[in-house]
Amino acid sequence: MKKRFLIPFGLFAILVVFLGIGLTLDPREVPSPLIDKTAPTFELPTLHNPAATFTPQDMRGKVWLLNVWASWCTSCRAEHLVITDLANTGEVAIIGLNYKDQPRDAINWLDKLGNPYIASVSDRQGRAGLDWGVYGVPETFLIDKKGVIRYKHIGPVTREAVAEKILPLVRQLKGEAS
Amino acid sequence: MIPEIGHMALILALSMALLQATLPVIGAHRGISSWIAVAKPAAQAQLLFMTIAFACLTYAFLVHDFSVQYVAANSNTALPTLYLISGVWGAHEGSLLLWALTLSIWTTAVTLFSRSVPAAMVARVIGVMGMISVGFILFMLFTSNPFERLPMPPMEGRDLNPLLQDPGLAIHPPMLYMGYVGFSVAFAFAIAAMLSSRLDAAWARWSRPWTNIAWVFLTLGIVLGSWWAYYELGWGGWWFWDPVENASFMPWLIGTALLHSLAVTEKRGAFKAWTVLLAIFAFSLSLLGTFLVRSGVLTSVHAFATDPGRGIFILIFLGVVIGGSLLLYSLRASEIRSTVRFNLLSRETGLLLNNVLLVVAAASILLGTLYPLILDALGVGKISVGPPYFNNVFIPLTLPLAVLVGFGAFARWRQDSAATLLRQLRLPLVASLFAGMAYAIWLTPYFTWGAALGMVLAFWVLLSTMSWVKAHMKPGELLNGASRGRWGMVVGHLGIAVFVVGITLTSIYSSEKDIRLERGQSYSMGDFTFTFEGASAFTGPNYDGYRGLVAVAEKGEALTTLHPEKRNYRSGMPMTEAGIDAGLTRDLFVALGEPLGQEGAWSLRIYHKPFVRWIWLGGLLMALGGLLAASDRRYFRLAKKARKTMEQGA
Amino acid sequence: MIRWFCVLLIIFSSTLYARIETHVFNSPEDEAHYQTLIEELRCLVCQNQNLADSNAELAQDLRRQTYEMVQAGKSHKEIVAYMVQRYGDFVLYRPPFRPATVLLWLGPFAILGIGVIVLLTFIRRRAREPSPALSPEEIARAEHLLNHTEEKNRS
Repeated sequence: MKKRFLIPFGLFAILVVFLGIGLTLDPREVPSPLIDKTAPTFELPTLHNPAATFTPQDMRGKVWLLNVWASWCTSCRAEHLVITDLANTGEVAIIGLNYKDQPRDAINWLDKLGNPYIASVSDRQGRAGLDWGVYGVPETFLIDKKGVIRYKHIGPVTREAVAEKILPLVRQLKGEAS
Repeated sequence: MIPEIGHMALILALSMALLQATLPVIGAHRGISSWIAVAKPAAQAQLLFMTIAFACLTYAFLVHDFSVQYVAANSNTALPTLYLISGVWGAHEGSLLLWALTLSIWTTAVTLFSRSVPAAMVARVIGVMGMISVGFILFMLFTSNPFERLPMPPMEGRDLNPLLQDPGLAIHPPMLYMGYVGFSVAFAFAIAAMLSSRLDAAWARWSRPWTNIAWVFLTLGIVLGSWWAYYELGWGGWWFWDPVENASFMPWLIGTALLHSLAVTEKRGAFKAWTVLLAIFAFSLSLLGTFLVRSGVLTSVHAFATDPGRGIFILIFLGVVIGGSLLLYSLRASEIRSTVRFNLLSRETGLLLNNVLLVVAAASILLGTLYPLILDALGVGKISVGPPYFNNVFIPLTLPLAVLVGFGAFARWRQDSAATLLRQLRLPLVASLFAGMAYAIWLTPYFTWGAALGMVLAFWVLLSTMSWVKAHMKPGELLNGASRGRWGMVVGHLGIAVFVVGITLTSIYSSEKDIRLERGQSYSMGDFTFTFEGASAFTGPNYDGYRGLVAVAEKGEALTTLHPEKRNYRSGMPMTEAGIDAGLTRDLFVALGEPLGQEGAWSLRIYHKPFVRWIWLGGLLMALGGLLAASDRRYFRLAKKARKTMEQGA
Repeated sequence: MIRWFCVLLIIFSSTLYARIETHVFNSPEDEAHYQTLIEELRCLVCQNQNLADSNAELAQDLRRQTYEMVQAGKSHKEIVAYMVQRYGDFVLYRPPFRPATVLLWLGPFAILGIGVIVLLTFIRRRAREPSPALSPEEIARAEHLLNHTEEKNRS
């Protein structure tokens, strides 16, 4: 048997391996290029007090989460319990980025479901969302003491993600110098 | 009850397929003629049961049996009858059923039209097709049963994807499947020939008409799909390099290579190993396309984790079918001894070069389609590969193909001299250079080198083919069945010329404008003036919509009125139906956007697309060429002769 | 669950209907530039669509952003860089040329090169093939016999 006639089979075998790996991947998840980059800045009115503004600089020296949510987003509702429990552990401060929402709807939503955020900012035009590379709601960013984005969770945060990814990373980042 | 009958029929079809995949193959191997004889009745019985299963699902659609999950998910009572029927293959489960039905149609066709082929060979061919059928029916029964019942039947079904509610698309999938699955015949012949170690010119002759017909269906299917995308998606594009399109285009390219290489193998007994490999590739790419689309590795709507069973099943199936045949190939191809002699300047070389270019083109599409997956699997990052890439790579690879057309047809088998070739082609060469340049300079809105290149190539294909006809064909021969193969080549190649004209002029000289027009306002594009005369609400069978009225004038004279529609399907999907004035040299295309403000103003998109029809016209000509070639009397004569011998023997 | 949106061959799924937006541009060049950009940038949330063809909210936002940047006189490079900075290379339908994509961009031409070399060596060997088992005349004769047995049978 001549080896060259095995080439097509060999190429096909490689292809099958890649297709097999491909089955375990989600083609829709787009990793953020902002990981390990300084968080984009913005200055936006807070949801409950439009006169006051919030900017990521306010959180300098703290490890914190930016949770992008909206009242029109159904999977945010599922995520809300997990976010609330995470907030109750007191391990990490959570800022809400209320994305392309009506402030009244957003406030009602929080009144009904509880407010886990130390503050929510109102991004009605979605400009801040654009700068942060938000492409779907909910999304959650973890920012370290230096204001660098260290982790991004796409889609609703799950309890596994909190236990296995977010909390260990939060604890590690807290140990780092600011 | 009826869905259960369908389910039973599917299981019976599976048992027939199992029978068909085992006994005849073993019988052919051991020379047991009673086992060989099982092949045909088993295949025909399988078709019967598949037809029953398909009819049962169709019936469930027609009577709105929403207790069947698939029916409930893809139809409702307001859906027009045509779309109830096309709804049968409108989603995953039903399209698999159509796939399997198509396969058994092809298998039965083989049982009917292969009387000239030795019984043992046919038995192997049918056996191989039975194996594929087993895989597909198992896939359906285990992971995607179309007859699955719902515990709580809803009162009303959901809707067929509104995109599919279109006559063009109702017949597009069956056409395409006839093509895809049709390559299984050439594949089965190749495997059978390898199993029996009889890789000679005979198998090429047997599989040639089958390959031709499958290729014709695939061509028609792709043309239909492209035409549908053009008018239904509303954006005037005719090819998007979407992974799903690529999945159908790759088998087409390889199938085209196979058509040409089968000719050499049949006529000259050359390239046997290569032709077998192409036959395997053509069908493998059809299967791979099915995998890519069905498994969600490239185009998942939902994360794949929701249903991993399907992807794994198809991947294993792919591995067995393609991997197995490539292993068999590696064993048998080395036994082939080819001693056919030919020189560098010969028709053989021309056809091989055609094959290389087509295969490389298909390989680049595969590379582009899978590259994002490969990078992602390696963890190197996510990228997108889209039209800019494919256009950049594909066009330079296919230009030489058009150049080759003229030389390939004129070159003689075995050996030709450069001087003779040049003498024969001197006139078309010079004439096409002049005609192409002249067209690009004087008959286009403005000169571009791209247009010049395209038109020169189109004229070259046209004129070299015409002069070939003049040199080699007599006019009366068209009706003579014996030369249809050659006429097929002529028509097919003329299709390329027409196609190249269409692509060149449409892609370079199309104009497009998004504009806000108030009632009575108009917009001028070249010689054409579009006047918006308002839009009014209307109600369709399962949607509400607005119909716009746009009067078109050419150089001030009233030409036509277009009625673009915007529909809101009650299932919640908005759709546009473009208003198109089709013409041989240009299409005018208007799509209705959104109402803007209170004054009855709307946003509109207007296109002027020169020669866009030529793209599909070219495709249709190619298909016609394939059909002519398949009807060459050579193949029928053999069949008739064999039938006569059989009758005499009986 | 039947979640499968598209049929085997159906070209598009998800949002099939994009809004028609009317923008006013400073020049026809700007308009063409905008058109090229929204055709070559990918809508991230859609199945497989560019910004031009998609009606997703995000696509609308990104179109607006693109329009504003074109109006502000930003160059093609700047706008593309802006998008990549936020969404990564995934947003580009024209993959950038970098080490990881060398194979993608040069692969097809490399395969062509290999194909042609293999072809030429194959043909050279064939041209040196000593004596064919059957001469062309013999093949033609066999062909002739095959094709004319029918007539003989008939007579």
